[in-house]
Amino acid sequence: MTEMKYQTKPLDIWNEGKALRQQYYENYAKAHERGGIRWAGGAWAYSAVPSGLGDDVWSLTGEPYGASVAFNKEFAARCQEAIEAKGFARDLCAYLRNYLGSVVLDEYVFGGEFPKPDFMWTTHICCSHAKWYQIASDLEGGVPFFCIDVSTGLTEDFNERRRGYVVNQLLDGIDWLEKTTGRDYDDEKLIQAVYNECEATSLWAEICVLNKTIPAPLDEKTMYSLYVFGTLMKHRPEVVAFYRKLRDEVQDRVDTKIAAVGNEQRRVITDTQPPWGFLEVFRYLEKHGVVSVGSLYTFSLIGAWEVKEDGTWGPRTTPQQQGIDIKTRKQALEILADWTHARPEWQHFYSAHEKSDLMLRIVREWKVDGVMLHYNRGCEGLTLNIAENRLAFKEAGIPVLPFEGNMGDEREFDLERTKKAVDSFLELLGVK
Amino acid sequence: MITAGIDFGAKNVKVVILNDDKIVARGSALTGFDLKIAAKAASEMALKAAELKIEDIVHITETGIGQGSVDFAADSVSEVGANAKAGVKLLATARTIIDVGAEEARAVKCDETGSMKDFVVNERCAAGAGAFVEAMSRALEVELGQMGPMSLKATEAVPMNAQCTVFAESEVVSLIHNQTPKANIARAIHDAIAERVVSMVRRLGITEDVLLIGGLAYDVGFVDSMKHGLGVEVHVPEFPEYVSAYGAALVAQERVKE
Repeated sequence: MTEMKYQTKPLDIWNEGKALRQQYYENYAKAHERGGIRWAGGAWAYSAVPSGLGDDVWSLTGEPYGASVAFNKEFAARCQEAIEAKGFARDLCAYLRNYLGSVVLDEYVFGGEFPKPDFMWTTHICCSHAKWYQIASDLEGGVPFFCIDVSTGLTEDFNERRRGYVVNQLLDGIDWLEKTTGRDYDDEKLIQAVYNECEATSLWAEICVLNKTIPAPLDEKTMYSLYVFGTLMKHRPEVVAFYRKLRDEVQDRVDTKIAAVGNEQRRVITDTQPPWGFLEVFRYLEKHGVVSVGSLYTFSLIGAWEVKEDGTWGPRTTPQQQGIDIKTRKQALEILADWTHARPEWQHFYSAHEKSDLMLRIVREWKVDGVMLHYNRGCEGLTLNIAENRLAFKEAGIPVLPFEGNMGDEREFDLERTKKAVDSFLELLGVK
Repeated sequence: MITAGIDFGAKNVKVVILNDDKIVARGSALTGFDLKIAAKAASEMALKAAELKIEDIVHITETGIGQGSVDFAADSVSEVGANAKAGVKLLATARTIIDVGAEEARAVKCDETGSMKDFVVNERCAAGAGAFVEAMSRALEVELGQMGPMSLKATEAVPMNAQCTVFAESEVVSLIHNQTPKANIARAIHDAIAERVVSMVRRLGITEDVLLIGGLAYDVGFVDSMKHGLGVEVHVPEFPEYVSAYGAALVAQERVKE
């Protein structure tokens, strides 16, 4: 362990976050007992929209669920074997395999039987998501399924016509939700959920901006446990409340120079999902004073960003901050579509150069010394273009460590070999 | 000042003992299942050759796969770090050092001081390393040491899958059944592995001079394929499989001086 330079302490809000996450999975599992509704879909889904059905509508988002399964290596292996035994290929999305395996085993990773949703509500964000819930629906005996096509390209190309394409699907989706659940749809609840989502995702960006500080008040391993609320229920008031408190605490850590890693010497970032079963890699870096201060993934999978007047990246100004009064269902959906399709993480799917530019921006503004790129066999969509990104960093003179693995399948990750490669990277960064 | 470097390779553990910057002895033992036993055997071999006792060595630095497995090593350095250090010592103009061992290939770019500037390592596949040639020599029923000289006698280039040892082995079997001369098959094997290594090194950018080290650098057929693949001269030092251990011993010298 290198010399401690800064004071450090755990987050005061940590246990509150743990309880909030536990409550989320329990709310979903026990929704029926309490007279509520359950739906399942991707973390990229328009989760604010089903909120119009009532306050007792609970979701289970597949990717964080798949990551939770991955963290439990024994259960993950059983899930993967179960779904592969049904003929699903090993090179499919690891989250998908963990989720579907859990369905096939009829076991919920948090205990008990797998809670069957009342409907599926999702988006075609990538090749896996285009089929994921259709298959889940079939496996669960024909659960009603609605999917929105979001193939609208880069944010800069998201014009009125493209927005209309998405919004019309959402309007159809609301009719479908009413028919499927037999409930009346409440536009006021939708509008509140849109306000919540905009505020929660902007708050997360604000929290990430605080990590530009040296020493970093948050390390990425901790951020994984915090950004996740935006992938679970970014539209819920409890997430807004949590992120407000978190923002205040992180600001306090900045003001009082409380570091995430007391021996911070070098700062790195990663690019996309980590190998969830092997987060100890981050602790290995930290032993040598290297802290990962974030990633394009943790910052912008849910974070809402904009370029500020001084040219730096900052939290996006929310509709409420702009004084926008949302009055109609269509207006709410248009604002939500504009907000959603501007998420930087969306750009991964369309442009290697855009991803490189975004990461280079983070390198500059977050004062980063090196980049780790995960050739993630578990996610084709977000691993796309990594070789191109590596070249961009190389041209910019930034040390890069590409490493191979899988976010959700431990059979495809070699910890010792990765640590060896990390050793070389540490030497390149001048800390070992 | 006497220092030593231990390189835990996938197949062999190698030890180099230095007196200042002069190599006084080398030792090697099969890695096997117990790294401690292998390290002890390799160390004893080198100590005996140098007529020294372990207590005579001021500082031992280890590198390779089994770091931390022996208590007589003071610290460690990565293989690429060790290779950069030793490569420049062996060839002052070396700027790209390519190491192809039994299970792994790696390359490092360095400056004139032997400081690493960038590196690349092959991922989880033996198709770009020495184990590939071993597997293919078994399929061809040719002694490993004969693969190189045989490859140089090839009369025709035969394409072969460079991506997977298992697929490549079945290709070798097909070529044998097609009556392809063994020399041409040996060449195809070397070209396939060289193609994979060259593609990896190109990610770094090839800066001359290029030094090729590791156990596969003994294989003249592979060296020739690498020259063709890279399109530049490839230098091979004496005792290429000991270069990482030598680099670790040089790092040990530096660390004592620090």
